[in-house]
Amino acid sequence: MSDFNLPEDKAGRLARCSVFYTDVVPHNHALGLKLVDIGPAEATVELPYADFLVGNPETGVLAGGAVTTLIDASCGSAVFLKLGRFAPLVTLDLRIDYLRPAQPGNTLTCVAECYRMTRQVAFVRALVHQGDTANPVASAQGTFMKLEE
Amino acid sequence: MSDTNLASSPLASLVREVRKTREYRKLTDAIPYTRYMGIGVENLAGEMLCRMAYAPKLIGNSLLPALHGGTLGALLESAAVFELLLQTDTGRVPKVISLTVDFLRSGKAQDTFAKALITRQGRRVANVRVEAWQDDRTRPIASAHALFLLAEP
Repeated sequence: MSDFNLPEDKAGRLARCSVFYTDVVPHNHALGLKLVDIGPAEATVELPYADFLVGNPETGVLAGGAVTTLIDASCGSAVFLKLGRFAPLVTLDLRIDYLRPAQPGNTLTCVAECYRMTRQVAFVRALVHQGDTANPVASAQGTFMKLEE
Repeated sequence: MSDTNLASSPLASLVREVRKTREYRKLTDAIPYTRYMGIGVENLAGEMLCRMAYAPKLIGNSLLPALHGGTLGALLESAAVFELLLQTDTGRVPKVISLTVDFLRSGKAQDTFAKALITRQGRRVANVRVEAWQDDRTRPIASAHALFLLAEP
């Protein structure tokens, strides 16, 4: 299973994790999600605004479901980065608080951090913003479980 | 309700029409995201249920294959929104305040159903519980509870 290990260098890790957005996960690709930055246990993912993602046709505000997908995907990537390798993962739960309405037309950016990893369970938090991290759109917390071991 | 702007809103009149005619598709197709996701409302055996029709673009894990967790969250939240639009007299798309999803089983590559239950409806806030299942309704694959803001102060 050594080929599931992530490379040591940042560019290599970013490239390996990006395949989950370009090739491996059809729904990430369908919504237009893009992995733009990574840290030791952090993933930054963008969701560009698109008309087909609108949940309220009267305001143009994106559907909550698209934001849920953005957060779920970002959190999963943060867990892989913390682990340093790809392992089968399942989302156990996800809680999302919507702090303010997203501005129609603007990209949503999710920054997810795996802040604690036990043998089986990973704890992740995430913040969704539109350019200003001090004025976030949503805040989330989730738990993931590794299927192996 | 007391909001006079609702009378002139095209969506509010569509919602009023669909409550009477039960042509749910007119409403679910009027929302770009639910149309894209294949999420619709159906009257099955006299009960209003939500269905997310399977499509390859909903897959999150190609190896299993399994539905993306985000799509289950989307179905649960949409089911709650449609329940509020069709079973209460709110004239605007309710705004989600918070959503908590429990993922219970992986979603297979097939149609998924959901049923929402409004557990409390106040003047401004509604609490909703939702369950999603595939083959067997007694074995849900995901559940959620959500809070919605029904009207602007």
